[in-house]
Amino acid sequence: MDFLSIILDILLSAAFWTAVLRIATPYVLGTLGELVCERAGVLNLGIEGIMTLGAMAGWMAVYQGADLWTGVLAAAACGALLGLLHAALTVPLGLSQHVTGIGVTLLGTSLSYFVYRLVLPQASTPPTIEPFQPLALPGALAQTPLTYLAFLLVAVVAYVLYRTPVGLAVRMVGENPAAAEAQGLNVTAIRIGAVMAGSALMALAGAFLTLSAFNAFFFNMVNGRGWICIALVVFASWRPGKALLGALLFAVFDALQLRLQQASGGILPYQLFLMMPYLLSILALVLVARRASYPRALMIPYRKGER
Amino acid sequence: MSSPVKGRPEVVLRLAGISKRFGPLLANDGISLTLRAGEVLALLGENGAGKTTLMNILFGHYVADEGTIEAFGRPLPPGSPRAALEAGIGMVHQHFTLADNLSVLDNVAVGTESLWRWRSDRGAARRRLLDLSQRFGLEVRPDALVGDLSVGERQRVEILKALYRDARILILDEPTAVLTPQESAGLFETLRRLTADGLAVVFISHKMNEVFAASDTVAVLRAGKLVATHATASTDRAKLAELMVGRSVKPPAPAPLSPGEPVLELAGITVASGHGRPLLDGADLTVRRHQVVGIAGVSGNGQTALAELVSGLIRPDSGKLSLKGSVVEHGDPADMVRRGVARIPEDRHSAGLVGTMAVWENLIAERYHDSAFSRFGVLRRGAAKTYAREVIEEFDVRCPGPDARTQLLSGGNMQKLILGRTLAHGPDLILASQPTRGLDIGAVSYVHSRLLDARAAGAGVLLISEDLDEILALADCVTVAYHGRLTPLLPHDRVSVSQLGLLMAGHWDILRDILPETVDAA
Repeated sequence: MDFLSIILDILLSAAFWTAVLRIATPYVLGTLGELVCERAGVLNLGIEGIMTLGAMAGWMAVYQGADLWTGVLAAAACGALLGLLHAALTVPLGLSQHVTGIGVTLLGTSLSYFVYRLVLPQASTPPTIEPFQPLALPGALAQTPLTYLAFLLVAVVAYVLYRTPVGLAVRMVGENPAAAEAQGLNVTAIRIGAVMAGSALMALAGAFLTLSAFNAFFFNMVNGRGWICIALVVFASWRPGKALLGALLFAVFDALQLRLQQASGGILPYQLFLMMPYLLSILALVLVARRASYPRALMIPYRKGER
Repeated sequence: MSSPVKGRPEVVLRLAGISKRFGPLLANDGISLTLRAGEVLALLGENGAGKTTLMNILFGHYVADEGTIEAFGRPLPPGSPRAALEAGIGMVHQHFTLADNLSVLDNVAVGTESLWRWRSDRGAARRRLLDLSQRFGLEVRPDALVGDLSVGERQRVEILKALYRDARILILDEPTAVLTPQESAGLFETLRRLTADGLAVVFISHKMNEVFAASDTVAVLRAGKLVATHATASTDRAKLAELMVGRSVKPPAPAPLSPGEPVLELAGITVASGHGRPLLDGADLTVRRHQVVGIAGVSGNGQTALAELVSGLIRPDSGKLSLKGSVVEHGDPADMVRRGVARIPEDRHSAGLVGTMAVWENLIAERYHDSAFSRFGVLRRGAAKTYAREVIEEFDVRCPGPDARTQLLSGGNMQKLILGRTLAHGPDLILASQPTRGLDIGAVSYVHSRLLDARAAGAGVLLISEDLDEILALADCVTVAYHGRLTPLLPHDRVSVSQLGLLMAGHWDILRDILPETVDAA
């Protein structure tokens, strides 16, 4: 079989597209979350830690007897709290967003492992829960409710950003906080609010991993997905619709490389296939992001009464 | 909306005993002012006199240490732009507070609706904006991105922003600093329409001609104090200038000198930009010894590229640059300094001085390789500091000494430091970009006299300035930059401010009237 027909076979199978939508879900949620933060002018490198905390908190709530949707809410609340920490340090105090974000990632990750071990000191094989089940729909539409929620949230975030006063306010503080202030807006409150909302979305991305994609919490389970989301925001030029597109594109590459690994039958080292989605993302980023118009006040702390 | 009673219109704003201290500096010292409906009050004063501080207190960006503000008879809570907006006060900042990536309509409407509505009423916002735009003759396109607008259009958006929020008192901070003379005239026309409608306007300025062109009343601030308030019609320029500075000032008077050999020649210089039209487009220019050549133009028409070219920071894509008759092939900044180019950069903070370093370090920044200041790769600190003391003395830099940190100096003294660094060793060409921007009248006249001294000593001066009065006072010849092109040199006594304004706006057809002989050749 030649290479093209292998690819064609893969692309025509419903199972492939089922996998694509499943793989894309955490990227969609994480990218949306990062996008909301950055639109308000705050880079949130805490995403990796916030996703880990969301994954742990959601799973832990369900493991302790809560139902799945309560687990989702618990994850979002924990994400918002960690987002509040990031916002408190970067917005009113104006600390470096890079350094603070990395600190938040380290804290979120370690805290999750710590709490997990505190509750389950002896577990050698990770205990499992009963996760979300796919809806009874045909073909690639058989996805879990969280995937549908993620796709719905793309539309919600786009609507809020472009069609509501609060969305305009968020975009304004990300573009020119001094102008927002002169229009009577409370820059600090809006930025903190946006970072908390964005972080809640990131935590949902983590919760999807433990409550939908898998049924347990592992160390390293987020595995760099947060960093990909940061790149996807740039790829998307800070627009929700394009963020969805970017997440899907990445998921296609990822699903494809998994299947090519199997199809290649060990002729090529599997690491080559693992690299593929990342290489292609970098390429896409180079092609797209050069024209991107970023929020002008991104990463610039705002202090009242200074120019 | 109350219509003003015949005779004395109502007082809409009352400032009483406003004081504000920044560290050791008393920026506002017990200032009291009143403003009436339909009045245009000019707030005149030098840079640093406290004008902007006072208006920032009024608009709630700062909180006054003492004093009270009353708007329309009600006390105004301090420190809240929102409260100022609600009281009917609108402010057009000197540096526009607009978001470039958002549309005009977004910029105007943001913050005017309650945040937690499920839908913005864009239709109503658009109708209201267009209605205001029509009523006051302020033409705008609601859907254009602010980043694509000209400076004049942006200012219209700023004014509309205030009107959209029902401002009855409009504060304009140095509104004409970025406008051509014609655009300024348009702005004053707008102000007349606004006051006819009963609005009160405060505009901040340090330019005398604007005060007379646009204001009913003038209040003069000096060193944080209100020194006088006059009806504009009952005063004159000389008197206001004296009030502003605290002593009488003489305008610079260049002695007539005949130009010598060329020190700088540009022939067909083109500098491409990354996108769109080139930064410089076939520019020709000659600067001779004993000559000041002024470059007039609205900022962004190639002046920055020209300055960077002559400093050696960028290279032309085509064309020839010669210094003292020899062609410069691969100029870099150090090479240009060695060839006798002295540079007074446009922004002294970012490109002129290193604020966190000592005065002496900044003074030798262009010459630390000289054997006078370093030996075997080690700085000769003693020699450098002695030299620094001489320059500080010679150029009257007010600072504690050579070890003082440069950022602690005032703007005027920083500029003197730069003058000292560049003029101390007799340059052949002086590139002066906005040399007096942000300086007070005293420092301005010092800079001007130093530049004229250098001209008398045989240097050629390339003066890039947005201040037409400065250009016409100093320059022997003027050229106007527009879209990267330069007009032929125009003798300063053959052009008027209004002609320069037209040239700055791109109406080069009038060159025929100013210079019939050269234009036909071109």
